[in-house]
Amino acid sequence: MSASALTISGVDKFYGPIDRGVHAVQNLTMEIGKGEIVALLGSSGCGKTSTLRMIAGFEEVSRGAISVAGRQVHRLAPVKRNVAMAFEGYSLYPPLTVRENMAFALKAARLPKSEVDAKVASIAKLLEIEDILERYPSSISGGQQQRASLGRALIREADLHLLDEPMGQLEPQLRAVLRGRIKHFIKERGLTAILVTHDQTEANALADRIAVMEGGVLQQFDTSDRIKQRPANLFTGTFVGEPPMNVFEAYVGTAAGKINLRLPDGLSLDYDREAFSGPVRDALLNRERVVIGVRPYAVRRSKDGVPATVSANQWLGDQTHIAADFAGGSLVLVEHDRTRLELGAPINVSIDPKNLHVFDQASGKAISHGMELA
Amino acid sequence: MEHTSLLERILRGAALTLVVIFFMFPIVWIFMMSFQTNETILRIPPQLVFEPTLANYTALITGKLTTASGTLDIAFMRNLWNSVFLSTTSVAVALLLGVPAAYAFARHKFRGSEDIAFTLLSFRFAPALLVLLPLTLYFQKLGLANTYIGLIWVYQLICLPLILWIVRGYFEDIPADIEYAYRIAGHSWFATFRKIALPLAGPGIAAAGLLAFIFAWNNFVFALVLASADKQPVTVGALAFITSSGIQYGQISAAIVLSITPTLALALYAQRYLVEGLSLGAVKG
Repeated sequence: MSASALTISGVDKFYGPIDRGVHAVQNLTMEIGKGEIVALLGSSGCGKTSTLRMIAGFEEVSRGAISVAGRQVHRLAPVKRNVAMAFEGYSLYPPLTVRENMAFALKAARLPKSEVDAKVASIAKLLEIEDILERYPSSISGGQQQRASLGRALIREADLHLLDEPMGQLEPQLRAVLRGRIKHFIKERGLTAILVTHDQTEANALADRIAVMEGGVLQQFDTSDRIKQRPANLFTGTFVGEPPMNVFEAYVGTAAGKINLRLPDGLSLDYDREAFSGPVRDALLNRERVVIGVRPYAVRRSKDGVPATVSANQWLGDQTHIAADFAGGSLVLVEHDRTRLELGAPINVSIDPKNLHVFDQASGKAISHGMELA
Repeated sequence: MEHTSLLERILRGAALTLVVIFFMFPIVWIFMMSFQTNETILRIPPQLVFEPTLANYTALITGKLTTASGTLDIAFMRNLWNSVFLSTTSVAVALLLGVPAAYAFARHKFRGSEDIAFTLLSFRFAPALLVLLPLTLYFQKLGLANTYIGLIWVYQLICLPLILWIVRGYFEDIPADIEYAYRIAGHSWFATFRKIALPLAGPGIAAAGLLAFIFAWNNFVFALVLASADKQPVTVGALAFITSSGIQYGQISAAIVLSITPTLALALYAQRYLVEGLSLGAVKG
């Protein structure tokens, strides 16, 4: 993590004329260290793939600069950037076998044949595609093509490995196995990888740090734990985490020595003043309206809680997801035991202030997480 | 075809036969006529049984046309050669210019790219007669009238738009990422064009070239106006068979048989490419 493998500074991407076209990536700045695995996480159209393609050199950088391993590359042709990429659409060459597809990048680098063969064999073993090496891309399944395409990228020695949705087509079991192996492979060789995905499980499992993007704007760039525990804003709060964070608008008030977070439908979450740390209490009392968020696993059922009505109850084999009508919206809570609750059953829920995320009502920016200010 | 009844198969067979007869009849009839003399051709009612003669072919190949009013010199073999030369060279030039242009139009959206591509296509909309007169005047001034170069140039009006638009479609069907993958692995864009794009669009380029060849071969009006006897292709040369002593149907038929043979052979040979070209979808990622 010493030298910087990739520096993106103030990059804008417009499709169409600058400042008038579609603003796909907005003023993106991030720095990735050597040997790091970073996931660009976001929904479709959030700018993550545009970012990756600008790094690779397939899209022009409208404004700003990109450096790979200390060299400014954003004006260079893809071939001069020394990056490897696995494409979402696999993009294998139809006239070549899987083996030739994986090997031709090494051939361009003029490696001896024995070394090429050894590398192909080891990557093929890693990705479990040894048995299809002599087949042509059109005769193998999507999952196999995807692994061949991933292999073609991983086999190369490059300053940066770019992986665009590298495991989207794989079966869940295989995906879980390969994730572990690929992470090990990347770490062992000290490669730097950037992975584009919309699957947060994949991002959590593979990446050291996750860059959450939405609407072309980098929302948060941090480790997966910190993104979960301290989401920078309402978007990351609700986007990362499964099931998503419950959020409600609330009016802040005080009555009878307590702090009330008044929710729609006349409900109110009441807390002792001492339940909050000093700075959080001040931040809350300074505002009239906030948005509060709570993770589903932090919602507890308790007799003296606020009333809600069960609207769905799903046992997933290892946990129960209970959805309840609550405060004019819906609240999801997760319990680890199988719970027998009929639809329409009344329950009472309470939320520990330690688990409360507070966001600014207008900007969506985080104000506090539990006892700490954001 | 397990679920077709006998009746269905008979009906289908009958329909196919009808279609084949309808389309093949003129060719078969011309083929038969080419082995007959004018007298047997013009017999009423026409008869299927006749004594075949090679006189028509001999006349064409030797270039001596014997009619009731004497012997005429015809330049049929010269015309045939002209057709082969003009069509082949035109298609070659059009491929050389059109394929890189098609690639540029398919892969790079630049200012006015659509307008330029459409302008080139519009050459095919305008009737040839519209441009023929000014073209003739210019060509005479430039000294291009009645030269192979001039004709090949004008033939680009036919070949270039066809090749450009067909090949462009094939290039667009190749996912750009396949090329990117090659480029990022350390190859220049020119290597990518040569090693990836060209082979993948190969069947399409062959199909477009073939089509352009047939169009060039069949062209009549440009060659009629811009070329004199020694540069004329067969399409124009066939006019020589309308002589003062009557129309030489036998020789015309023999000339047609000889002149459609190259294109027919080419089409049959390249059928494979046409089919392959249409199944290019197998490339999709």
